[in-house]
Amino acid sequence: MKVLGIILAGGGSAILPLTIKRASAAVPMFGKYRAIDFTLSNMVNSGITKVGIVTQYNPRSLMDHLGSGKDWDLDRKRGGLFILQPYLSVGSGKIGYKGTADALFQNMTLFRRGDEDYVLIGSGDHIYNMDFTDLFKQHIMAGVDVTLVVKELDETYDLTQYGIVEVDDKDNVIGFEEKPSNPKTNLAFLGIYFMSKYLLMDLLYATVPHGGYNLLLDVLLPNMHKFRFKVYRFKGYWRNIKKSINEYYRTNMDGLRKEVRDELFHAPSRIYTKSKDLPPPKITATGHVENSIVADGCIVSGTVRNSILFRDVHVKAGAVVENSLILEGTRVGEGSYVSYAIVDKDSVIRPGKIIRGNKDRVLAFEKASVL
Amino acid sequence: MKVVALILAGGQGTRLGVLTENIAKPAIPFGGKYRIIDFTLSNCVNSGIYTVGVLTQYKPHVLNQHIGIGKHWDLDRKDGGLTILPPYTAMHESDWYRGTADAVTQNIDFADQYLPQLVLILSGDHVYAMDYNEILEFHVGKNADGTIACMEVPISEASRFGLMVTDPDWRIVDFQEKPKVPKSNLASLGIYVFRWDFLREVLLEDEKDPNSSHDFGRDIIPKLVSRDGVRLYAFRFDGYWRDVGTLPSYWETNLELTRPLPLFNLYDPSWSFYTHTEEMPPAYISESAQVVESLVSEGAEIFGKVENSVIFQGVEIGDNAVIRRSVIMTRCKVMEGAVIENAIIAERSIIGRNVKIGLGEDKPSEYDPRIYYGGITVVGFDTVIPDGVEIGKNVVIGNGVREEDFTDKTIPSGGFVFKKKVGG
Repeated sequence: MKVLGIILAGGGSAILPLTIKRASAAVPMFGKYRAIDFTLSNMVNSGITKVGIVTQYNPRSLMDHLGSGKDWDLDRKRGGLFILQPYLSVGSGKIGYKGTADALFQNMTLFRRGDEDYVLIGSGDHIYNMDFTDLFKQHIMAGVDVTLVVKELDETYDLTQYGIVEVDDKDNVIGFEEKPSNPKTNLAFLGIYFMSKYLLMDLLYATVPHGGYNLLLDVLLPNMHKFRFKVYRFKGYWRNIKKSINEYYRTNMDGLRKEVRDELFHAPSRIYTKSKDLPPPKITATGHVENSIVADGCIVSGTVRNSILFRDVHVKAGAVVENSLILEGTRVGEGSYVSYAIVDKDSVIRPGKIIRGNKDRVLAFEKASVL
Repeated sequence: MKVVALILAGGQGTRLGVLTENIAKPAIPFGGKYRIIDFTLSNCVNSGIYTVGVLTQYKPHVLNQHIGIGKHWDLDRKDGGLTILPPYTAMHESDWYRGTADAVTQNIDFADQYLPQLVLILSGDHVYAMDYNEILEFHVGKNADGTIACMEVPISEASRFGLMVTDPDWRIVDFQEKPKVPKSNLASLGIYVFRWDFLREVLLEDEKDPNSSHDFGRDIIPKLVSRDGVRLYAFRFDGYWRDVGTLPSYWETNLELTRPLPLFNLYDPSWSFYTHTEEMPPAYISESAQVVESLVSEGAEIFGKVENSVIFQGVEIGDNAVIRRSVIMTRCKVMEGAVIENAIIAERSIIGRNVKIGLGEDKPSEYDPRIYYGGITVVGFDTVIPDGVEIGKNVVIGNGVREEDFTDKTIPSGGFVFKKKVGG
């Protein structure tokens, strides 16, 4: 059984300023990762060796991160990584994808060529560690046309922001509401689809030329009663960091919980990322670290509590960092105080500066800020 | 100018005891995430040398797996790149490498195919940062046949090294290999540059010499120094260089990294050191942990206390455990309440609950005082130390030792525990 992987990597206006200069799939996570690492590694770990990345918004950072796909073993002679950017061509008018279905339609060649029978579509914004092979098995055993991955969301999620699925007692999909104001169930669609590649091609051909540009709303849902849609229930940790800055913050902070780290990072299936080969972090004689993640290349001479220091962050003596995310390459000056803040890459916090956010209002500073 | 680098990586490193029982010295883990050969390989690529042969012989499995095709050092290339050169058999001559010079002689064909003007002979055993362009330019500028990198060492330690005596122009006029009475304090670092056509001839000649042990330091260099007309120069290096050939020096060199502004700067962005490691998340340091003056690598989970120590990847330090002045290698587990001082714990070992390591007085090793000294206790690879065992100083616990190998709950200073022979 051969599966083609597709990852949708779009913009993210809800998590500005992190997406001023990057796609949401490229936002840094947990000290060393980018959001897309999770879906991409999950696909590779499930035996998928050909993955297309659909992107058009601010792709530089994402392209830099993915490179040739080497860090995911996707620099291959057969298959490998395909970057699906919008393009101009003879007879085409405006450049750009009008929606997810349009993006796939414009890259139909990838589907036409290649010997895959199935396609797995995921998103670059989701944080989870999942072995898809169990999903493949359920799909084939049940003999259905489309499988949607779902999860019962608890009260920590805002259900009105998700696609809510209704199922019968055999887990067949009987209803779907996109971002309903009064959700009927807590069963949310996780943006992961599995189906026959040929069925998807037919549906795209039948829909996109007539103006249906959204994969979920225009291509799949209108056909829900013509084909058999079933859900696959995922029970593990799953978060969508694109929903809001608070969701981005809380997901990162979840990394300080042992059970989350164990599930995401210490499972047999590893999450891979672009390697940087920085030296191990150093904590000096004046440094103090409590309940925090400290990535490679950091030098900590100040105090760090309940925080994540991404790669190559220096916290100078006398500085205090609490409940914050300090992204790569940032320098935290002597005697400064940072609390409840997200400080994007390569920023400088000047000596003695006080940055005080609070639990309900986490401050976010854009890349290369001087504070 | 075409340069081929040949890295001698076949040495056993006998004075590292159990650490090199199953792996070659260049493959010994160092500095939290590296292996010793990473420094030489990184120096090569940082210097723009992309044709590298690695000569292996002793227990090469871990080394081969680590290096692979050189991908992690950008040495997986279409032209040149990295080649592992193990001993081989051939129609006529075939042998294990008899010495460092013989290892190069047997690979003359390898170097020849790149038509190099110069060869750089390096060792995979040293921890240092060096831009080889400096010695190469020096060599060319002096119109030399060969150039030896040297460092000034304290005269009291000079008799451990091969020493150069030079004229004011740095031309070598005399050479002493580990002399009792040193004439100089300029020690050879085992880094040589030669004109390839010159070295080629010298090696082929040495191969036929029945009295030669075919070693650069013992045979080739003394022979060349005494020969008229050979232009042999010393290049004075004043950067950081360490031969971590003994357990105390290995331990000390690791711990040096934890000091403020260490002499050896791993954090220099213009001279990065590359390595091949397992993919792990960043280190986690818990609320109950106390970490000072230490390196803590990716995948480590620290719940106890760590002082002046180097913690490698994926190490778990349990609640109330205390680590002082120690090197804890990849994937070790230190259980709750264990106290480890002045120790080297090799990869994947498990230190049981409330184990104490490094107790008592500094008594000489009863196993081998020439290897296990300096008050340091060494625990081998894949070892399990059962709960509550108390271990002294200068103790060695062998590779793969298990609970049943311990006959006593106390191993006093100078003691040892090894795996019982199967059936014996």
